[in-house]
Amino acid sequence: MSNEKSISLDHGSGGLASQNLIGDLFLKYLTSPQLRDLEDCAVLGEHEGRIAFTTDSYVVDPLFFPGGDIGALAVHGTINDLCMRGARPIALSLALIIEEGFPLAELERVIASVGRCSEAAGVAVVTGDTKVVPHGKADRLFINTAGIGMVSHRCEISGKRARPGDAVLVSGTLADHGITIMSSQAGIAIGGDIKSDTQPLHRLVGALLEDYNCQVHVLRDPTRGGLATTLCEIAASSRVRIAIDEDQLPIRPAVAAACEMIGLDPLYLANEGKCVLICDARAEGAILHLLRSLPEGRDAALIGRVEAGNDGRVSLTTRIGGSRLLEPLTGLPLPRIC
Amino acid sequence: MCLAIPMQVVEVRSADDGLFDAQVALVEMDGIEKEVRLEMVDRVPEPGEYVIIHAGFAIRTLTVEEAEENLRLMRRMAEVLEAQGRLPGAPE
Amino acid sequence: MKCADEFRSREITAPLVAEIHREAFRPVRLMEVCGTHTMAIFRHGIRSLLPDTVELLSGPGCPVCVTPAGHIDAFVSAVRRPEVIVATFGDLVRVPGSDGSLADARAAGARVEIVYSPMDALALAAREPERTVVFPAVGFETTAPTIAATILQAKRQGLDNFLVIPANKTMPRALEALLDDPQLQVDGLLCPGHVSAIIGAEAYRPLAERYHLACAVAGFEPADILAGLLSLVRQVNAARATVDNCYSRVVTAEGNLRAQQLMAAVFAPVDSEWRGLGAIPASGLALGEDFRRFDAMHVLDLPLSTARDPRGCRCGEILKGRLLPPDCPLYGGACTPLHPVGPCMVSGEGTCAAYHRYSDLKTSRRTAAAGQSTVRPYQGHP
Repeated sequence: MSNEKSISLDHGSGGLASQNLIGDLFLKYLTSPQLRDLEDCAVLGEHEGRIAFTTDSYVVDPLFFPGGDIGALAVHGTINDLCMRGARPIALSLALIIEEGFPLAELERVIASVGRCSEAAGVAVVTGDTKVVPHGKADRLFINTAGIGMVSHRCEISGKRARPGDAVLVSGTLADHGITIMSSQAGIAIGGDIKSDTQPLHRLVGALLEDYNCQVHVLRDPTRGGLATTLCEIAASSRVRIAIDEDQLPIRPAVAAACEMIGLDPLYLANEGKCVLICDARAEGAILHLLRSLPEGRDAALIGRVEAGNDGRVSLTTRIGGSRLLEPLTGLPLPRIC
Repeated sequence: MCLAIPMQVVEVRSADDGLFDAQVALVEMDGIEKEVRLEMVDRVPEPGEYVIIHAGFAIRTLTVEEAEENLRLMRRMAEVLEAQGRLPGAPE
Repeated sequence: MKCADEFRSREITAPLVAEIHREAFRPVRLMEVCGTHTMAIFRHGIRSLLPDTVELLSGPGCPVCVTPAGHIDAFVSAVRRPEVIVATFGDLVRVPGSDGSLADARAAGARVEIVYSPMDALALAAREPERTVVFPAVGFETTAPTIAATILQAKRQGLDNFLVIPANKTMPRALEALLDDPQLQVDGLLCPGHVSAIIGAEAYRPLAERYHLACAVAGFEPADILAGLLSLVRQVNAARATVDNCYSRVVTAEGNLRAQQLMAAVFAPVDSEWRGLGAIPASGLALGEDFRRFDAMHVLDLPLSTARDPRGCRCGEILKGRLLPPDCPLYGGACTPLHPVGPCMVSGEGTCAAYHRYSDLKTSRRTAAAGQSTVRPYQGHP
């Protein structure tokens, strides 16, 4: 690359500047053979099973935060969407919309992160696209991804399959990602223990479904809207009630403290490396044990139970033995002082 | 208008402003650190004491003893009837 | 602090709950006047633990709720100026005035920043000298001293691009206005913990004496709230009307004199309009003479209208404890957390929002026909 420091409209034009960007930056960090061929699309091999397909866009601000960045979120988020239906991720696409003037050094950091996460997860980026828009037409960098996976398990995993009596588990600590983002926006210096939990869950899900495919009824990652919103969606979808216990929710003390300070409820903050798991009660002990034996599920916990009642009500037993209903989040969570 | 939480004081020092001899406290809770202003606190805390924080300012300094005394009062409130030998659920 | 956990442990709260059940053998009507109390009560499920004989009303303790629409319009008017950045507490961002909210203005391209402290707004002004930073000064006596300190700091730093829109309010006069209403029947008042840290527990003595009203100053942990409620129930049983400071670790009888002095140095009492309650004398804070140059209304020549409450909205009566949210014809239909009409629904701690989020009652009693589950939507226009 020449001595340019930032992205210009030329980089998105398809001409020489674009070629250089792709060659010098993208192919340096994204090493799949299909991508290297730079064809109009990637042709993947033959796979057994049903095709799973997902898409997502990433517009997070700030782009870089403790524990990750927009690139990591993009790779992990797409992988997780696939494996929440029991799919084995095969390949990802990566499309960028970049604002003119965006620093090249930051773009390089993001792409390096995408490469690293993709390699660590063993899921390649096989096709991509870059567009540049004039200054002011986009907020620095937007990423869109799509992911393809294969579902070959016998029993279906879906939000509609929760049944009364099922156990409700989470794979680890809650609100880590959401509080990281909100704290940085509120200017609170956060200690070493608070960082985004962004990570891919396909290995954890793979291990789980190997032995417990039919006992696992629902998997969902509680991203926007947090655990509470996700449980409300599942309860409505399955036409059941869900009851959870505040004492059993795994939340890091630093995360709880930060939530108190800026007036946010951890139940409504995003998680980017966790899943809610609803399973047959008879397997709950074994499944919990399996989760905890894996690095991604170290802090897994049994947090509640599915109950009969088709109004989709989600209730929480509070620390002091009171009872509270959980509603889906309306609008963005805002810090409060009053 | 009351969201305020107790945090422990790690250090008291001069504010960075250069112009004015303001004091700030570095406070900590569960690994979170923050700098808070001391202009409105009732008394300047010692390291180890606690302050109630609201909107970036300490509004009150308190000691562990004061917190424990408050707790004792609450315990006593609830024990009074049991001490008088009444059975649970019996009307006044 | 380590023993903070105890204030939320069942070991402390369960006996207090049991005592309330024992003592509240006849109906008692209590009012809490602090939005953070409303939130804490719902968050910990305290209502579900109380006997039916204890009725808890929510009074005007949510400063966002009682900021009149005219002031919201002034905030929005300010941020629409291209050179202005409004730096505000998050609570205000979605509150609707008569012409949209700060969030709506932001969506249209205005610069609205959420800050955690007024000092952050000042720091923003120092960093962006070519813009004017306007801070909407809302809140009660817990927050007013923080704003006073910030203004003093702005004066010392010689900044000329930091302004406030004065909209702070003070508690005791509003409580008097409430209690003066002969239709208002309350037996006891749960007094706001952190406002009391500033103004002192004795501030409520005249209320207790004049209205024969049981008062209890309470903090915000579950044990604090339960202890306050228990104190009120006991006082009512004994026909006593005093001020019981149940938050002794934070509140003293005379309050925080330093904070009071800070307020007095910068602010002066002024008559103030409270949404739903009307004008209450000496219940607001205006900038003193020496600090007029920080008043955005004056410096930016902002209009202050007396905007009408949206038609049908019963926030005023709900704030006075005369109605519950389901008694408002708009509740759950035209007015929901996602599309709020009045501030009681917008603010996360507003009575209606809390009700809608946490209780079983999601629609208005006034429009639900017997046997039907759908609510007829409100057709009129403000």
